[in-house]
Amino acid sequence: MDRTYDEKLADFEARVGRGEKIEPGDWMPEEYRKNLIRMMSQHAHSEIVGQLPEGKWIPYAPGFRRKLTLVAKVQDEAGHGQLLYRAAETLGKSREDMMEELLSGKAKYANVFNYPTPTWADVGVIGWLVDTAAVINQTMLAQSSYGPYARAMKRICYEESFHIKQGYDIIAALARGTPEQRKMAQDSIDRWWYPTLMMSGPPDSLSVHSQQALKWRIKTKSNEQVRQEFVDHIVPQIRALGFEVADKDCSYDKTSGHYRYTQPDWEELKRVINGDGPCNKERLDARRKTHEDGRWVREALAVKGRKSAEAA
Amino acid sequence: MTKEKMDTQWETYEVFHQSRRGEPHEYVGSVHAPDPQMALQMARDQFARRLKCVSLWVVRSKDITKTDYQDENFFAQVTDKSYRDPKAFEAPEKDGH
Repeated sequence: MDRTYDEKLADFEARVGRGEKIEPGDWMPEEYRKNLIRMMSQHAHSEIVGQLPEGKWIPYAPGFRRKLTLVAKVQDEAGHGQLLYRAAETLGKSREDMMEELLSGKAKYANVFNYPTPTWADVGVIGWLVDTAAVINQTMLAQSSYGPYARAMKRICYEESFHIKQGYDIIAALARGTPEQRKMAQDSIDRWWYPTLMMSGPPDSLSVHSQQALKWRIKTKSNEQVRQEFVDHIVPQIRALGFEVADKDCSYDKTSGHYRYTQPDWEELKRVINGDGPCNKERLDARRKTHEDGRWVREALAVKGRKSAEAA
Repeated sequence: MTKEKMDTQWETYEVFHQSRRGEPHEYVGSVHAPDPQMALQMARDQFARRLKCVSLWVVRSKDITKTDYQDENFFAQVTDKSYRDPKAFEAPEKDGH
């Protein structure tokens, strides 16, 4: 006997409510599927585009060890992108379609990567600040109700902890360095402060997808909770290294046990996400060029694939 | 960008990873690849670039036969099966048998 939509929805919500995971092949509301595809493909694109701001520093990394480390980090990001594309595919959208949406400019990715990396300190700050914000968000997503997303997040969080440490190590070295090096690090921390705060998304009251994502436990914390966790975690670290937080009003509130901070400019987020950021065009152009430059490799592999199928 | 046929949609392979001899191969995820040999290389880059690994298996995703989550009857136990559990028996004390 066919169950009605309401019965299926009740079963689904009861399962999610018990903290059980939804797996590929399970019945799910169409809005749940769509919301997940949107989140997971954006997350995958962010890993892919996220290679670019740091990748450009590989030839200039100071010393062989830092160069090797940076190569490993950028390779991790490529791997994370692939893990996430694959996890998103379990919802019925192909990797090819997702890649095409990124290349055509239709897809969104983490806005933070539309900001430039003019100095070596930016490589450190991305690993330390940006990846800390990312890990706090991803640790939350590792509890997601969708099994494949939660599994991918667990693996990714493990590798991201290396990213944070290498970033911190770069900034700690600059903190011990010359006045110019300290200034370079401070300047970078200042520039990345608000873009990093924006990463957890607008306040939930302004976010259309957020309420539904919370209800079905796609995510388990609100954007504001995630951002507050980041601020509470990172501000003492910044000050311990002798640097200042760009937000002069940022202070510890004994009553709440949290740091108070100034909200980022949400109009700027809207503007940059819609294409008018310092590096949107540069990022997309670089991604398209890489895709074209790699075409011969894919073509060669396709021939190899056909030949081994014939031989089998 | 002109809408052209892209060439990135290869078959998927499921990956099993053995961290050391004597341990079981454990399922770790999947990769896209044009053939099984490339799937092994992709699997190495994706799942063994950090963790210790002595053996990898890959199998075409479409070759896996699966149960259906909807078909809960498949795993239903209609009778009491507790006799299959060692805890269902009282063992004599200080006797390993």
